[in-house]
Amino acid sequence: MNMAVEHVDSGAAAPPHPLVEFWQYFRQNRGAVLGLAVVMTITLVAVLAGVIAPHAPHEQYRDALLMPPVWLDGGSWRFVLGTDDIGRDILSRIIFGAQVSLSIGFLVVTLALVVGVALGLVAGFSRGALDIVIMRSMDVMLALPSLLLAIVIVAILGPSLMNAALAVVVVQLPHFVRLTRAAVITERAKDYVVASRVSGAGLHRLMFFTVLPNCVAPVIVQGTLGFSTAVLDLAALGFLGLGAQPPTPEWGTMLSNALQFIQRAWWVVTFPGLAILIVVLAFNLMGDGLRDALDPKLKR
Amino acid sequence: MAPRAGAPLFRMIRFLLTRISLIAPTFFGVTLLTFALVRLVPGDPVELLVGERGIDPARHAMLRAELGLDKPLLVQYGTYINQVLHGDLGKSIVTKTPVLQEFLTLFPATIEISLCAILFALVIGIPVGILAAVRRGSVFDYLAMGFSLTGYSMPIFWWALLLILMFSVTLGWTPVSGRISVFFYFEPVTGFMLIDSLLSGQKGAFSSAASHLVLPSVALGTIPLAIIARMTRSSMLEVLNEDYIRTARAKGLAPWRIIILHALRNALIPVITVVGLAVGVLFAGAILTETIFAWPGVGKWLVESVRRRDYPVLQGGVLLVASVVMLVNLLVDVLYGLINPRIRHQR
Repeated sequence: MNMAVEHVDSGAAAPPHPLVEFWQYFRQNRGAVLGLAVVMTITLVAVLAGVIAPHAPHEQYRDALLMPPVWLDGGSWRFVLGTDDIGRDILSRIIFGAQVSLSIGFLVVTLALVVGVALGLVAGFSRGALDIVIMRSMDVMLALPSLLLAIVIVAILGPSLMNAALAVVVVQLPHFVRLTRAAVITERAKDYVVASRVSGAGLHRLMFFTVLPNCVAPVIVQGTLGFSTAVLDLAALGFLGLGAQPPTPEWGTMLSNALQFIQRAWWVVTFPGLAILIVVLAFNLMGDGLRDALDPKLKR
Repeated sequence: MAPRAGAPLFRMIRFLLTRISLIAPTFFGVTLLTFALVRLVPGDPVELLVGERGIDPARHAMLRAELGLDKPLLVQYGTYINQVLHGDLGKSIVTKTPVLQEFLTLFPATIEISLCAILFALVIGIPVGILAAVRRGSVFDYLAMGFSLTGYSMPIFWWALLLILMFSVTLGWTPVSGRISVFFYFEPVTGFMLIDSLLSGQKGAFSSAASHLVLPSVALGTIPLAIIARMTRSSMLEVLNEDYIRTARAKGLAPWRIIILHALRNALIPVITVVGLAVGVLFAGAILTETIFAWPGVGKWLVESVRRRDYPVLQGGVLLVASVVMLVNLLVDVLYGLINPRIRHQR
């Protein structure tokens, strides 16, 4: 029945390339485009940190302790956002901090995504004891508040940037597993998968070439939103002294002893947190836009 | 499917039992995790517990036997479960107090700050969400959703610092930390400072307790506020498109009457689930908020237990917190079933 209709339609314009179509939807969301622009700018800043940062992140200027930002009395262009208690340039530390947050965030999301999607595929395809074991373990992980689970893992492994990253991977894992498993179960029942199986496709081929590409959209959205929670959780662990250790210029760690300067030097407290907020906000904006553009159900 | 007398009650009980049976494996999973925790941390458990260096081998072996560490893992786990189910969660290495007792002393402080935070989030979030939905596409809508996304993206430890900077340091309106001014002292009755300060009858005690609560509640309530405002808005938008709303409009009812009586009742159902699920979010936030405001609650206690390597506290505390989260989620599930007939009558 449909075949006849398609033949009649053949004179119509070819559908746009999926990427072009995606960009058309994504472009409509101004917030998402702004988010993308901010993310690209910060990535550029992180990559070029060594070139654009006015000072080295660990360099201590003993003649300029707790110097205020340039627009306040006593500030100077030498330290645009002021200096901290041991005379390090805050702007430079924030710029190098972008390197830490973005690279570790990227690592975390990639690891969580790869392992999570793999576990989700296995769970969705096996549907037996293996499925139960995987999903019950994920339930246990979700029963703990995310930050508490991360703290438990850091308590076992010891506080360091890499261990905190590993902890955040574990915290993010259940979301990817659940999402992939749900997508796999919906796709599995569809005719194209059945057709592929009937024509002799093996389990490996069904998993990775038939089903997986059709589960990618929600995973990409989760990955983008996961990036923002990764940056937040890493900063929170750093703040609690359980993540990156001083003198690493990590944004959360920079805030960990800021409370004592709150009366004298507000700039020590303000700027690193602002950097976290901007990055997280940008990724959330982008994630919202991606969801709207990639999710066919929401397309208007 | 024939209607029977007492069927709703029966169905309700079955619904409850199903939910509880789903929780049990998760609870045992968490006990496996906490059981493993103490065995995975670096260092010898005996030395950690005794806190001595150079313990003589005979006493070491004796302590190992006393702690049951010489038995097979499965037997150790059995003993652990048995203790847990009898309410024995071990003793803190630092204070030597039973973990459960410490938790029960500190938990009211966490409940107090969490309740105030969620109240703050509801009181602002719901009206903002309604107004944003009703005036969809207006400047107010854009501003509200912009603020909501910002709140959702907020690193709350930094937000707490900013609040202290603005309201305590610059304006001097609120105290920086603690639950009540040091000038007041009374024995805890309920553990909730707001109630205890009233019961004490001391002049000014209540207002001191309340002023200590404001900033932590705002800091902790910001992310739930953002979530609730967004959720109320989208849920309201969905309901406003329903036929019965059109009918109510066609009947000529006053617009605000339609919004409050007809739309809100149904729009709030998903919001309740979100509030329930926010317990985990609240607790993760409480860890940070309590640390910053020196609020003597469970979150700060757990962070300190990691710093002091007080593993029995971490082990017991994690299990207790997970149990509370699971129980609240169960409660939300049941409540959801009660208020939403579509869920109640399923199966």
